[in-house]
Amino acid sequence: MSGDARSADIIVIGGGIHGCSTALHCAMRGLSVILIEKDHAGRHASGVNAGGVRQLARHVAEIPLSNASMALWHRIADLVDDDCGFTCDGQVLVAEDDEDLGNCRTRVDDLTLRGFHHEELIDATELRRLVPAVSDACPGGVVSRRDGAAIPLRATQAFKRKAASLGADIREGVRVTRVVRDGANWRVETGEGAFLAPRIVNAAGAWADRIAADLGEPVPLDVIAPMLMITAAMPAFIKPVVILRKRKLSFKQFANGTVLIGGGYLGRAIRDENRTVLDWSKLATNAKTVWDLFPIMRGAPITRAWAGIEARMPDDLPVFGPSAKHEGVFHQFGFSAHGFQLGPGAGAVMAEIIATGSSNVPIDGLQISRFTHH
Amino acid sequence: MIAINAIDQLAEPYDIAIVGAGPAGLAAAARAAELGLSVLLADENPAPGGQIYRAVTTTPVAKRDVLGEDYWKGGALVERLTKTTASYAPGCTVWSVAPDEEGGFELGLSLGGRARLISAGQIILATGAQERPFPIPGWTLPGVMTAGAAQIALKSSGLVPSGRTVIAGCGPLLYLLAGQLAAAGADIVAVLDTTPRRNWLSALPALPDFLRSPYLAKGLKLMAAARGKLSFRTGVTALAAQGADKVTGVTVTRGGKTETIACDALLLHHGVIPGINLSNAAGCAQHFDTVQHCWTPTVDDWFASSIPGIAIAGDGAGIGGAESAALRGEIAALDAVRRLGHLTEGQRDSHAAPARAELARSLRGRRFLDLLYRPAETFLAPPANETIICRCEEVTAGQIRDTASRLGVTGPNQMKAFLRCGMGPCQGRLCGPTVVELIAQVHGVSPADTGYYRLRPPVKPITLAELAALPPSEAAVKAVVR
Amino acid sequence: MFRPIADIKPGPSLGFTFDGSPMTARAGDTVAAALLANGIQACRQTPVSGAARGPYCMMGVCFDCLVVIDGVGNRQGCLVPLREGMRIETQAGRRHPDGGQS
Repeated sequence: MSGDARSADIIVIGGGIHGCSTALHCAMRGLSVILIEKDHAGRHASGVNAGGVRQLARHVAEIPLSNASMALWHRIADLVDDDCGFTCDGQVLVAEDDEDLGNCRTRVDDLTLRGFHHEELIDATELRRLVPAVSDACPGGVVSRRDGAAIPLRATQAFKRKAASLGADIREGVRVTRVVRDGANWRVETGEGAFLAPRIVNAAGAWADRIAADLGEPVPLDVIAPMLMITAAMPAFIKPVVILRKRKLSFKQFANGTVLIGGGYLGRAIRDENRTVLDWSKLATNAKTVWDLFPIMRGAPITRAWAGIEARMPDDLPVFGPSAKHEGVFHQFGFSAHGFQLGPGAGAVMAEIIATGSSNVPIDGLQISRFTHH
Repeated sequence: MIAINAIDQLAEPYDIAIVGAGPAGLAAAARAAELGLSVLLADENPAPGGQIYRAVTTTPVAKRDVLGEDYWKGGALVERLTKTTASYAPGCTVWSVAPDEEGGFELGLSLGGRARLISAGQIILATGAQERPFPIPGWTLPGVMTAGAAQIALKSSGLVPSGRTVIAGCGPLLYLLAGQLAAAGADIVAVLDTTPRRNWLSALPALPDFLRSPYLAKGLKLMAAARGKLSFRTGVTALAAQGADKVTGVTVTRGGKTETIACDALLLHHGVIPGINLSNAAGCAQHFDTVQHCWTPTVDDWFASSIPGIAIAGDGAGIGGAESAALRGEIAALDAVRRLGHLTEGQRDSHAAPARAELARSLRGRRFLDLLYRPAETFLAPPANETIICRCEEVTAGQIRDTASRLGVTGPNQMKAFLRCGMGPCQGRLCGPTVVELIAQVHGVSPADTGYYRLRPPVKPITLAELAALPPSEAAVKAVVR
Repeated sequence: MFRPIADIKPGPSLGFTFDGSPMTARAGDTVAAALLANGIQACRQTPVSGAARGPYCMMGVCFDCLVVIDGVGNRQGCLVPLREGMRIETQAGRRHPDGGQS
């Protein structure tokens, strides 16, 4: 690490998987980078999410970014010298009834018309082959076979380490207090003095609205705390990640036998204290869904539950791309509880946009202008 | 006292919910109930007393002098509680405590295989202490137990180890246990004392206070009783339990020489540390206490934590022993009652004055013991790479050191993601302190700089079925009606 | 590996089974204490390496006394009072939640 450099080509604000990935890809392009993180890399959403590496059931606007990212996940160890715990056993959206299955069919047909083929409709037989433990009532679903899961904090820290090894200056435990224009540069003021760069990336996650507001681009960012819980080790009974459409559920068994249960039920985020409070009534609903769908899980001991602090935008889509107002400002936040898979690819695309001014990967519909040009 | 034997007997909301029925919890519950508040005392053990007064109302040990006079003092605390209107729920696990949005608290409890959410205005955590982890090679073998475990078996079941028994470690409780087990007829073949000789130097400045303290007379009696009868070996610098599927011996290094003592039971003790899982999971601030060398919830003079409405009384907020725990419970209860508007500040202060004076007396001399019996570095951060540190996930000292240095991991929460230490059912209770020591050692910093695990509810596992059947809390029902 | 002290208060005893073998222990014992009193040192295998473990702390902290009680797995033996007729079994490393073991 280059000890005392106070200026660089790029300053990345935020050490989540997005900030670390953008820092890495900028460094790979030979740009000098300072990354500033108020806690440690992956302390919040990037480190404590469900670890789903999912193309399944994504909003159409995100699919190009998601595709770019998936290519990187499948060679993640080459990219960051750590396999990040990535396993590829597919993700399955389980239809709970025929109406649900009908909606799945409509979705897959729509994707096919748009030229996307990663989602595949499956019948009851194939569903049972992929997920033998699922309740007999489920008539089929959708599979995305290249999907999988990884270990979030390990992945985020791998991006950080690799970026650092290529010269990125990673400053953890340093809090940004203000961002202001300073001649040709942006001046990023922190608890440990100011840093200067002509270009900055706002990847501050659940705190990104404050940076955006400083820049005169206020956004309607909601701070959320999606809850997860995990069980003690169980005998292996399921390989793919399972999600539902009608009821909220995401369900994944790790190789060590533990089962992660999520689905986006929200606890309470107290972002100024880095703290969350769980809502056990909602977790009970989450548990009831598993109770219904996987009878084998009924006696499983729940050993921990937690929530990360994340940013959600009103349309559940990220804010990604150049500022609508300033030269040299780029936004990369608001991934609305599904940004982990996008991290590697979004960093690559962002670095490309920063370095070359554009990218072949379309990001239409993701720019900040959708909130600021009203 | 109202005995709660099934979860639907809980009559929420309570003014004050107290977790743990050791001396602090018993005293707090009695005091608050005597002042007219509705009180729930929940405890996961089958009978009141905590660990120090374990089974004081039910013990099958007939001869009073086996357990010593101090033990029987717990009976008075239980008796006091039974005369109040407090509700007491034995066998009841509190797995979550969290602030609700109306200034009160929501507790998650399980009793008899059923879970429930209830609300309370104020919380007093009296979760007591646990033994400091004592990781040595082989400490996971059946037959290796904590000294406290043997004491619990003696108090609650009248059991003593049946074969050759070795006791190892240091601290007042070690000598107490050695004396108790000897009096109860156990075959103690050796007491291996690990007190580092140089600790006398750091403890010496605290000696004058100790000489004027109640600990002195007690301590001398214990030492005399234990030393008179038992084979003491001092200056122990390394230990390893031997055996394939159970302990068959212990290898001891002292004065540069190593020998193996055959044994059927090995009892380990390096003092006690606060049990912080519930307070940590509830979000209470904590700090590293450099004298007691452990993570300790941060509390004020009234034992109030950083979260208004949660107090932490007794050894759970710093080790002070049974007598001080009861006094701290009393004081915490008075402040909780004041917070609920049933006492003025002046009334609270005058009620608390006698307990405060007693408390100062009961804690005098403590510092000397803390400094004298601080375990040696070699037991806090085991040098042998094969030593298992996280018993649940079977993570070794070597793995932790390697990950800390090779991957630059600087804190225990990051370590979890790489090695899974602290992610088993005990949630770091038996590895947290050691993981912190090892990371600190690798990076040449203090344990305070590495931080501690962020612990998560449920602090004790509940089954998926229990959670799925969780009835909506009264607060949630009211919210819907509104 | 544990035995009652010489002058223990007399009291009723309870019958139970451990992995099918009939045993008795004093009423008032916890499951973990009852096993120790019957010479049972190991009551579970770890999910990671399958190593044998037995009660270590006896106070609900260590989770090494986990057993299956009347078909319900992962119970902390040191916190559960023994009852007449209890069917106690070794906790296998990874237990099928429906009662079977792998």
